[in-house]
Amino acid sequence: MIYLDNSATTIPDPSVVESFQKTTEQYFANPSSIHQLGGTVEKLLETARRQAASILRVEPDEIIFTSGGTEGNNLAVKGIAFEHRNRGKHIITTAVEHPSVEEACLSLERSGFEVTVLPVDRYGVVAVEDVKKAIRDDTILVSVMHVNNEIGSIQPIEEIGKLLENYPKVHFHVDAVQSFGKVPLSLRESGIDLCTFSGHKIHGLKGTGILYVKKGTRLFPLLHGGGQENEVRPGTENVAGAVSFVRAMRLIKEQEQENKDHLQALHDRLWNAFENIDGLHINSPENGAPHILNVSVPGIKPEVIIHMLGEKDIFISTKSACSSKQQDESKILVACGFSRDIAISGLRISLTYHNTVEEIERFLQALKEAVAQFKKVLR
Amino acid sequence: MMKYDHILIRYGEMSLKGKNLKSFVLALQENLQDKLADFPDIKIKRSRGRMFILLNGHEPEPVIEKVKHVFGISSFSLAIKVANELPEIKEAALHTLKKAENVRTFKVNVRRVDKRFPHTSLEMNQILGGHLLKNTEGFTVDVHQPDMEVKVEIRPDGTYITSEKIPGAGGLPVGTAGKSLLLLSGGIDSPVAGYLAMKRGVELEAIHFHSPPYTSERAKQKVLDLAKKLTEYGKSIRVHIVPFTKLQQEIFREMPESYGMTIMRRMMFRIAEEVCEREGILSLATGESLGQVASQTMESMHTINEVTNYPVLRPLIAMDKTEVIEISRNIGTYDISILPYEDCCTIFVPKSPKTRPRRDKVNELESRYDFSASIQEALDGIETITVTSRQQETEFQDLL
Repeated sequence: MIYLDNSATTIPDPSVVESFQKTTEQYFANPSSIHQLGGTVEKLLETARRQAASILRVEPDEIIFTSGGTEGNNLAVKGIAFEHRNRGKHIITTAVEHPSVEEACLSLERSGFEVTVLPVDRYGVVAVEDVKKAIRDDTILVSVMHVNNEIGSIQPIEEIGKLLENYPKVHFHVDAVQSFGKVPLSLRESGIDLCTFSGHKIHGLKGTGILYVKKGTRLFPLLHGGGQENEVRPGTENVAGAVSFVRAMRLIKEQEQENKDHLQALHDRLWNAFENIDGLHINSPENGAPHILNVSVPGIKPEVIIHMLGEKDIFISTKSACSSKQQDESKILVACGFSRDIAISGLRISLTYHNTVEEIERFLQALKEAVAQFKKVLR
Repeated sequence: MMKYDHILIRYGEMSLKGKNLKSFVLALQENLQDKLADFPDIKIKRSRGRMFILLNGHEPEPVIEKVKHVFGISSFSLAIKVANELPEIKEAALHTLKKAENVRTFKVNVRRVDKRFPHTSLEMNQILGGHLLKNTEGFTVDVHQPDMEVKVEIRPDGTYITSEKIPGAGGLPVGTAGKSLLLLSGGIDSPVAGYLAMKRGVELEAIHFHSPPYTSERAKQKVLDLAKKLTEYGKSIRVHIVPFTKLQQEIFREMPESYGMTIMRRMMFRIAEEVCEREGILSLATGESLGQVASQTMESMHTINEVTNYPVLRPLIAMDKTEVIEISRNIGTYDISILPYEDCCTIFVPKSPKTRPRRDKVNELESRYDFSASIQEALDGIETITVTSRQQETEFQDLL
């Protein structure tokens, strides 16, 4: 199997699965129980929290364990909106956000908030100047993703953060689900107040994630209950999920350290090959994230290529998995200004550190054959 | 390209020392070396009243975070090294000014050591000053009392641009004032007292009275976590955990309730002094603040202090609770301190403790019962745990 759909989800690392299993079997107690078993589990959870904090270079009490990206994004966006609604009801976001930000914003619109959706350029990148222009007296939140899940464009997070330093009342949320472990981001330096991370994009398990909440940032919880996770995310903690996720964080960071060049080389190999495939259009920006490449073969239904490759045990995707069940064109590609032809035929190849040069060559070979075959039929 | 090359360290009060300055400087160097051990390529060198941390490729931010916590430093600055080329020097000077916080006025101060460089120091002052004004907003030049001095040294090996002054932790290097044994309860006050003692150069050991099952493992862990927090500002800390249950039960069984607290505190001081003697420690340190609670009235301190003639450092003696809380928040002990676990001082609390205990009365009471066996038992049962800031968390390593 050649798995090149790592932005949809990754193959869980066996040692992460092992960590989950051991934790859930041996440390089953409720960390809030005052007996010794509970104490041990609480200690384990706090140890995991400290490790996560040290990896992200933040403080342990700024780490909120969540069920993943969708929850993190919803908690950040709605949590800020409802907590600070008396101060203002204006939110700024971009046209290329993940549905969990986009839809959260739309739901807020229905309850009386105003949302400004900023456009992006041909490369899927928002202009810092546009953010500045959109800020109003009643703006309470700017939510911008770090790396786009469909085309891999990288937003100027640090610059936006610098800009927002001049607007102390505006919170800054960043969706870093696709970037963590692949594209560096300093939470502190970039002036980020909230940042979403997900486990299953980094060889962790579904249902695990973190929302970074900068000290002093108040959120209205989505759920109410027993006050766990700084009272922001109640419910008996998913200790095994949290622990295994933190292990996955450590592992992906090690990969990033050791295999950064390898990933970039795979990317560059794909890029060069794509440039030489007749009829294929590259939608991703060249200086985008190293693990996401989006291309279109106008005139060919992307599903057909997906299935042809699938027959050969090679897996890529159309647009993002999160919205691929919706019909038609990719919102992201439309936002970048591509023609309908291109926007309805996007294919996404997303990599991980474990992919090999050989896998990439076999995929390219199969893709070339598929494209050539269609061209013949179409002619 | 621009790159932070070293951190320049200015000494605090110790620079006023005479002949023994050297020992203070060496202590500071050793403490820095210890704090920065995670950065293998870093070198620390001393030179004419200053100390330099050579980054050798390490990112400056995490290093700065550590340096901020080291006592004995009045302030420090990051320095950029660039080639002796005007455009690069200009860019670096601009970068330095832009990165500065809380700065409105500045002054450029160029020293040309390498006379081969085509512009004189005076010319360079004007060139750079003009460049900075042209490319920034809201800054003005003030040659007399600038908020920030952009220092530029053009040397044969390159040009060094020194940035804003970052305030250091002040005080004296930990270890230069000898050792003290901190009575560490788990509350808000005692860690702050330990922190302030360290600020004056004191190296800490800690003593904690543990009363299982009245106090839990979590209460003990909390104290170790507090000690670990304190190590960020000093050296590793040995925590002596005293099994206190039996003695405490005896006190409250045999002595009048209203005197229980006074006598318990006297027992703690007795045991602490004994630990000092064993370990060669010359003083005790407590988080007492005059009049805060019953045990901290003048009469209580008079009566409790009777049992030891060791000096007792009480850095919080004149502080308000709010001031103590503010420090504890700043040093990061507050959030640990407020975790709701019982400690040995909050159990067996008498309904109305004596606020004005008398020495003669207490001595008379204590003479009615022989506590010596239980005191000895407590001393014999002491568990000593060394807490270091760089302690690897090995306990759950197979899971994380």
